[in-house]
Amino acid sequence: MASQTHTLPPLPYGYDALEPIISKQIMELHHQKHHQTYVNNLNAALTAQVTATQSNDVPSLIALQQKIRFNGGGHINHSLFWKNLTPPGTPGNDIAGAPTLREAIVSRWGSHEAFVKAFGAELLGLQGSGWGWLVSKGGAKGRLEITTTKDQDPVNGPDVPVFGVDMWEHAYYLQYLNNKAGYVEGIWKIINWAEAEKRYNAGVENPLKL
Amino acid sequence: MAATLFSSTARVALRSGASATSKAGAAGLTFARGKATLPDLSYDYGALEPSISGKIMELHHKNHHNTYVTNYNNAVVQLEEAQHQGNIAAQIALKPAINFNGGGHLNHSLFWENLAPKNAGGGEPPSGALSKAIDTTYGGLGEFQSKMNAALAGIQGSGWAWLVKDKQTGQISIRTYANQDPVVGQFEPLLGIDAWEHAYYLQYQNRKAEYFSAIWDIINWKAVEKRFS
Repeated sequence: MASQTHTLPPLPYGYDALEPIISKQIMELHHQKHHQTYVNNLNAALTAQVTATQSNDVPSLIALQQKIRFNGGGHINHSLFWKNLTPPGTPGNDIAGAPTLREAIVSRWGSHEAFVKAFGAELLGLQGSGWGWLVSKGGAKGRLEITTTKDQDPVNGPDVPVFGVDMWEHAYYLQYLNNKAGYVEGIWKIINWAEAEKRYNAGVENPLKL
Repeated sequence: MAATLFSSTARVALRSGASATSKAGAAGLTFARGKATLPDLSYDYGALEPSISGKIMELHHKNHHNTYVTNYNNAVVQLEEAQHQGNIAAQIALKPAINFNGGGHLNHSLFWENLAPKNAGGGEPPSGALSKAIDTTYGGLGEFQSKMNAALAGIQGSGWAWLVKDKQTGQISIRTYANQDPVVGQFEPLLGIDAWEHAYYLQYQNRKAEYFSAIWDIINWKAVEKRFS
């Protein structure tokens, strides 16, 4: 069992590497506290699930589903999020490194700028906590769509999360306060287009593979 | 709620002027010439410290609550336009905006009222019929508070926990609501606690349990009693 426990993945960059777009303090809390809590609660729910399965306790199994969805979703979403960000000014942030995806975006929205505008509007329209995503419908190289998921719901099924943006207040509040538009505007300076291109072309492996 | 919406016919209302402001009933909502307006707090921004910092209160009231008011008024203008045109689809499409922003306005208006500085009765335990109902239902104020705190901690995402009264049975219970869903219908709101991150994050960050425990020092039980009776 011990080897099957989920663990917090290390960030692919330093806590202060996304400044000035996302502050070091936010990144530390977000990764070490928030993400870690999802991991801990997922492990607890999975352990409880094993016990309930062994005792054939179906009511408990059903009661556990929402915990697994929320905390498993939180773990998946944050694991994807850290990787689809990159420090500003690094090669990954250059959309030229994502030729296939860029072409797909332009053919879907008419221009990169139109896409950025549409994505921002979708994010700012979210009511409550949740995530904004660029997804590739049905698998790699599919039709692109902007979607939002509430709370920690992950992108489901065959759809590929090309990149996601965390719209929980804890993702930006210490720095941007109620100006979430400022956060959404800044996020483009740290989107990892190289990672997005990879996901668009080849899909996403199970982000929580043990 | 619906009655309020549909009676505010002053579609091209003049800019909200303080002179026309009137306090309206239990919900504590203020209107100026048919427009919802941001209610004044009955205490200073810093008066709830150390439970809630002055900076949080200021942002929460002047920015967050005010945005709900603005967006609610905008949605109502659009709704009246759609009604005027007999456009049913447009009216239905506006429902989420009305629910979210109207709910945000209702919830925060109630919230400010059910808080009070310590030197104005904040944290003083309830008495009378409400106290009895809490004892009967939960076995005591402390037990009620821990159940309410557990409900708050269990909210997945943004939302509120409420002590409510069932209009059918008169019983009280704890209910949680997602995002800005207001307490309407079968239940009446008695006491609400905001569990959105913006309500505590600047002061407590991820340690939300500390916020839920500190807020009892500034609960205005007198206001809750009034709603209960």
